[in-house]
Amino acid sequence: MKTSPLLKIAQIVLQTAMVGLIASLPGRAAETKKPLKVGFAQTGAESDWRTANSESMKSEAAKRGVDFKFSDGQGKQENQIRAVRSFIAQGVDVILLSPLVETGWEPVLREAKKAKIPVILSDRSIQTSDDSLYVTFVGSDFYEEGRMAADWLGKFTGGKGNIVELQGTPGSAPANERRKSFGDALKKYPGLTIIDSQSGNFEMSGGKQVMEAFLKKHGRNFSIVYAHNDSMAHGAVQAIEEAGLKPGKDITIVCIDALRPAVQAVVDGKINCVVECNPLFGPVVFDTAAKILAGEKVPKKILNKDELIDATNAAKLLPTRKY
Amino acid sequence: MKAFAKSSLGWLCAGLALLVVYNVWHHPDFIKITLHDGHLYGVPVDIFTQGSRTMLLALGMTLVIATGGVDLSVGSVVAIAGAVCALLLNAGHGLVVTITAALGVGALAGVVNGVLVARLALQPIVATLILMVAGRGIAQLICDGQVIVIANRKFDFLANGFIAGIPVAPLLVAGLFLATNVFVRRTAAGLFVEAVGDNETASRFAGLAAARVKGLAYVFCGACAGLAGVLWAANIRAADANRAGENAELDAIFAVVVGGTALTGGRFSILGSFLGALLIQTLATTMYFRGVPPAVAPVPKALVIILVSLLQSEKVRHWAAGLGRSRKAAA
Repeated sequence: MKTSPLLKIAQIVLQTAMVGLIASLPGRAAETKKPLKVGFAQTGAESDWRTANSESMKSEAAKRGVDFKFSDGQGKQENQIRAVRSFIAQGVDVILLSPLVETGWEPVLREAKKAKIPVILSDRSIQTSDDSLYVTFVGSDFYEEGRMAADWLGKFTGGKGNIVELQGTPGSAPANERRKSFGDALKKYPGLTIIDSQSGNFEMSGGKQVMEAFLKKHGRNFSIVYAHNDSMAHGAVQAIEEAGLKPGKDITIVCIDALRPAVQAVVDGKINCVVECNPLFGPVVFDTAAKILAGEKVPKKILNKDELIDATNAAKLLPTRKY
Repeated sequence: MKAFAKSSLGWLCAGLALLVVYNVWHHPDFIKITLHDGHLYGVPVDIFTQGSRTMLLALGMTLVIATGGVDLSVGSVVAIAGAVCALLLNAGHGLVVTITAALGVGALAGVVNGVLVARLALQPIVATLILMVAGRGIAQLICDGQVIVIANRKFDFLANGFIAGIPVAPLLVAGLFLATNVFVRRTAAGLFVEAVGDNETASRFAGLAAARVKGLAYVFCGACAGLAGVLWAANIRAADANRAGENAELDAIFAVVVGGTALTGGRFSILGSFLGALLIQTLATTMYFRGVPPAVAPVPKALVIILVSLLQSEKVRHWAAGLGRSRKAAA
């Protein structure tokens, strides 16, 4: 083929650029005699939440003088598996893994086990029949988040009102859990009913589109919006404003995640309540790693404590939000 | 009437009409349009406003597909254009500069695709796949992996504003469709595109600059994607490098194909692509309105798409007509 040399050149140029990029990343200077070596296989950089999560790990590692090896899986499991293998080959002390999907990890984790390297799962868990393949799971409690949102609504509305739900991507763990727990918790409040539920795919434009349709379909027949993440809530706010209503006043809005723009919206009175899903795992994860290496016993599941942010504490919390 | 029934456009209109009737049957408010704060308000208005981006992508895609190519990179170009808008507006530049830059970036992407396809003779799927994958990375780089909120209220007007009560985005898109249609049908441009798509070698021997025609089609498609990116960002008042335009290329290709332009190139229908995009958006809204659970929503969507495609297939229609005739003969 006459085009293949061209492609080849492009490939070489790309590869060289990548190597250069990786080489130019600031290396961690060895402060102590033998710094802790930790490898982190992240899923990718698909959202603000994820970026904040990666940042937290990196900055915490830098603070503790850890020799930190970060690998971006770019949304592919095979990249993550390759990263874990290379961590084993490099002889790291601890492997951190945010598994993109729940299955298919046994072989590579068995290799880690054989090499006697402890594995900490962060943010997402895996399905396996062999629990000894990882030491512990550090993450958010998606189930608890939905429950907190429902309980807040119960108190705020006095347990009365029709709710429309903006779901996340169908089939994803956060969407499933946040939906289930919210529904379960609502059973305590017979006056609160979900009258419609559609997916906005965790996207701002998706949330807006679904909200526009809800506003036309149900008119003023609902007074509460429950969104599975910030972005869809922002989209809903826009749709409600464009329909000539006041978000936060005419329609109560509750969502989960609590990145900075959403906290700002609570301060502005456009969103009533956000349940935090804290991405700042760094401190907990490295504390846990230190404990494991010191031979201490750690629980199999370490869940982050998430906060509830509404009009009462948003203004105070806003300046502390870095992400 | 007979000619209408024979054309695939007629069947597309029939499919669209059926869908609307079905919705109105269950929910009469589906076609209700009211005046609200001095502008039109209702489901049809939403369909046209939200559908305007897919329509725009389909417009550019029509000409590319007519030359026998395809452009998979439009979704990523949407993301890049949105990122450029956020960057420039937040740096304090005006609307004119911003929109020109977004269009320019789109056209530039088109030039890259055009050169790869028309000059270097790469397969269109492969050539545009490069930018489809790389483009999103570029957009992420510009946005630094964040969703960037755009504070400029004038920018917002493009996607959410109204002129004399009519939403701006559909007006803009309708104007572009008309202008393009006039341009390709009243000049020889449309003929050139069809000739290249039908038989590139023959058109070259007939003295046509086939490579240039092809290349320009990609540039036009890129510019359309750039403008779609502007609308995307204006609609949500933010640049979302990760999600903006995700899978939009597939919607655009579907709109074009269901609108009667064959993937093999040649004859094309700009009106058909418009109606195809309208069908996609109406379908999406139908799912929300009928309360179809999101996990199963792709199934009814796929069924409607299959049905419309079958209605359009000449073979199926022949076969159905044959059945009718033989039944009559038997009676």
